[in-house]
Amino acid sequence: MSLKDLISPFYVWQRAFEKPYTQKHPIQERPGAPRYRGFHVNVLEECVGCGTCETICQNHAIDMVQVEGLEPKPGDSGLRPKFDYGRCCWCALCVDICTTRSLRMSNHYAWITEDPTDFNFIAGADNMSWNGEEYGYRRDDDYHLLRGERVKMEMLAPEEGLKSFEEVMKGYTEEQAKDEADRCVECGLCVATCPAHMSIPDYIKTVREGDYEKGLRILYETNPFSSTCGRICTHRCEEVCPVGHQGEPLAIRWLKRAIVDRVPRERYREILGDEVVENGKQVAIVGAGPGGLSAAYYLRRQGYGVTVFEAQARAGGMLRYGVPSYRLPDNQLDKDIEYIRSLGVEVRFNTCIGREVQFAELIDDYDAVFMAIGLNVPSSLRVKGEDHPRVLSGLQVLDDVASDKNPGVGKNVAVIGGGNVAMDAARVSRRMGANVTVLYRRRIADMPADPEEIHESQAEGCTFVTQAIPVEIKDADNPDQVTIVWGEAEMVADEKGGRPRPVLQEDRMHEETYDCIISAIGQGGSLDFIPGDYRDQIEFKWGKFVPGDYQQTALQKLFVGGDIANNTADAISAIEDGHHAARGIHKFLTGELVA
Amino acid sequence: MIYAKRRKRMSTQEHNAPIDLESGKYVKIWQGPQHPGITGNMALELVLNGDEVVDCKTHVGYLHRGFEKLMERRTFIQNFPIVCRIAVPEPTFNEYLYAAAVEELAGIESPQRAQWLRTLNLELMRLASYLMWLGGIGASFGQATIYQWTVTHRDYVLDLFEEMTGARVYHMYIVPGGVRAGLPEGFEDRARAVLDGVERLLNEIEKVLFKNVVFKARAKGLGIISKEMVDPYGIVGPNARAAGFTRDLRRDEPYLVYDQLDFDVVTGTESDAYARAKVRHQEMREGIRMMRQILEQMPTDGPFQAKMPNVLHWEVPAGETYVKAECTRGEYGYYLVTDGSQYLRRVHVRGPSYTHAIAVMEKLAVGTNIADIAGLMVSLHTYPPEIER
Repeated sequence: MSLKDLISPFYVWQRAFEKPYTQKHPIQERPGAPRYRGFHVNVLEECVGCGTCETICQNHAIDMVQVEGLEPKPGDSGLRPKFDYGRCCWCALCVDICTTRSLRMSNHYAWITEDPTDFNFIAGADNMSWNGEEYGYRRDDDYHLLRGERVKMEMLAPEEGLKSFEEVMKGYTEEQAKDEADRCVECGLCVATCPAHMSIPDYIKTVREGDYEKGLRILYETNPFSSTCGRICTHRCEEVCPVGHQGEPLAIRWLKRAIVDRVPRERYREILGDEVVENGKQVAIVGAGPGGLSAAYYLRRQGYGVTVFEAQARAGGMLRYGVPSYRLPDNQLDKDIEYIRSLGVEVRFNTCIGREVQFAELIDDYDAVFMAIGLNVPSSLRVKGEDHPRVLSGLQVLDDVASDKNPGVGKNVAVIGGGNVAMDAARVSRRMGANVTVLYRRRIADMPADPEEIHESQAEGCTFVTQAIPVEIKDADNPDQVTIVWGEAEMVADEKGGRPRPVLQEDRMHEETYDCIISAIGQGGSLDFIPGDYRDQIEFKWGKFVPGDYQQTALQKLFVGGDIANNTADAISAIEDGHHAARGIHKFLTGELVA
Repeated sequence: MIYAKRRKRMSTQEHNAPIDLESGKYVKIWQGPQHPGITGNMALELVLNGDEVVDCKTHVGYLHRGFEKLMERRTFIQNFPIVCRIAVPEPTFNEYLYAAAVEELAGIESPQRAQWLRTLNLELMRLASYLMWLGGIGASFGQATIYQWTVTHRDYVLDLFEEMTGARVYHMYIVPGGVRAGLPEGFEDRARAVLDGVERLLNEIEKVLFKNVVFKARAKGLGIISKEMVDPYGIVGPNARAAGFTRDLRRDEPYLVYDQLDFDVVTGTESDAYARAKVRHQEMREGIRMMRQILEQMPTDGPFQAKMPNVLHWEVPAGETYVKAECTRGEYGYYLVTDGSQYLRRVHVRGPSYTHAIAVMEKLAVGTNIADIAGLMVSLHTYPPEIER
């Protein structure tokens, strides 16, 4: 011990005059750091209610609840996270995983309330003291708990694809499929959106687990056209997939295909365990398309004798005659159809109602009739000269190609329309060596075709001319050609709030000559075969059936579905209509359903 | 009550006769579980002869929250907010060890930048923890001013944590796969300013505490850990280094980026409370030296998170691993067993407090003056929560 040791401690006095660090709260406020994890904030309009925050919360501090006055948009569950601050540990995993990044935090340190129920609140909906103030913690741009990039699928190079009708998309390898399936957050927004309400997260899980047999069973619960839908479904599920907010949505359609591609057709019966025990009742189905055959499958499984009447020589309907084989190879469509037929579904080909068989006979001879005849009458362009011999319909071109006939489109083709039929007609023409120009009256963004189809059409060298309105079709100098007059259009905002309307600019007209013009602006149905006395009993609108509950019409024995009875006009809706009608027919014939 | 059996095990030379509590010669008192002289919730059952402790029995169990079991019921990502709570004043070491163990089992390698950020985070944590400890050792010998100073500066360090991680105490920053964010803008300069401030403080504490006649008189010779005790008792970290062992995992088995940093392993000779305080005091300077190097050398761009599977259904392959790191109290270890599912099969957390606060404390307390028990306990630097997990 030294004298120094006695004096040295008095050094403390030097600090007596320093400014204290303590803050005089609440007189003085100190804002939290920009990254501070304060209290939860949710931007209700951006949130889609996927519930991933609820799933990841390790404290069960989040409940997804309904919010009063919140009108859910399509692809929105309408639920919003409700926080329990008695459980929360402010780890912000919910913020990190939020698919839309609508969930954030304020940068407040403290919040005092005398009502303990206040600690249970819906962020963004309830009036909290920190609402509208500066944000604190948000997920860093470079930090991800979910992967936004989709696993790329191998595809035929556009120049290769043009040489043949070989399938363009090659399908996922097992590894790729697992990798893609891993991105799923299992929210189920897709299930709500899918017209057939397929158990999407469940079958994606089977891909992850590599249990394709279980996957097939799940697929067939709602969709007996899984090989087909795995290729060409309009995949509305993907449009609402919340993972899409971080990049690309899950490739749900391709994961479905990944399951079907891995199960050989011969094993379907054994895996699905479909046993048919005849119940003695007979159902007639008109149209062997996706709607008719779905109904046939689900009815047959319940033991009904099913007879399908098909006007064409092969089954599949629009899937066969309207979808080119580079998108849906024949053998894949056959895989689905053959299995349905293998259960004992009888299909009478080249049999047209009103010609070989009369409508009244069906109604009289069968216990119930399901009608899914599709749309096969091309819509009119409504321009002068459209009956020119060099004007072909898109459907006819696709039909010819599917039937191995040459539609004779020539070397220079104009396709009018922006839907999938137009894209298919354009791509088919490209494969036959033609230069293709697609004329569409609105913008590319307005096209009803799948974005992939538009993209692939462009990649394959189709020229797109948008905001082009056909005005007249007339003879060209060469009798094998045709001339089209079209005018440029300006998009004018709709006063009633609808989508912008194209308005013809009379001073900007063009005249071009092509070898043929393919008109593909949509199609309608033909119901002429229904005799007048029946006709009076059935409700129609815009040339389509208007079905009631379980697809039943006022003519009790008649159930309708597919494109001729819905407004979505796609395969998956037809499949659901068929399934739904099968349930309805069963209820009707067992006396549960009384119209 | 006769304590003969225990006494025999303790084998202290001074007390050959059995402790007969009925004799009127002894007083039994409890220090803890709520007591300012106890570092957290645990209790010392002390038997006194006058003011001299003749027997000490430690009691833990007041803080048991069952973390290890809780972790078996949570997915791999859900565990990172839990582990930080295992050692309250030092959450970051738990975060790092859990992340490192999971990464090893899952075959994930965190990016370089994440490793630098983790090292910075761990060293900041060490500094904050030591600052709190330094205040504690001062306060337990009646020098409460030291506590005010160091806790102030600890708060400056917590400000840095708040900026960097989004929280002051439970940072939840190091996650399996990397870290949650890079450094905010201008952080380096603010960090350097805080480090300069702490360094000035350390100089002042040198004068006020280490050259203080009272501290010297009381801490010197208190709780001497003999060299022979170190290995049998599992003594690690500054407690072992103060006894002359140059053991430091950061140098002996470098992890993260410690092999790229220049630092010295501080040792002492006397192995008493004073020497242990001195070692920690000096280690803070080494830590500051390291952090200055990190701020200088660390990459400022690039990824800080490895490519991860979807954490919602993350399955880690079956396996087991033990990872360790040098925390402020020595070797801190996580033993993880996975079975290929989405959940941990077993986790065992092994902190140095397990021996330091139980076996070592029971031995060192005997023969100590009751007034120095708090100082002795603090000098061992123990955290009851990490004993119980």
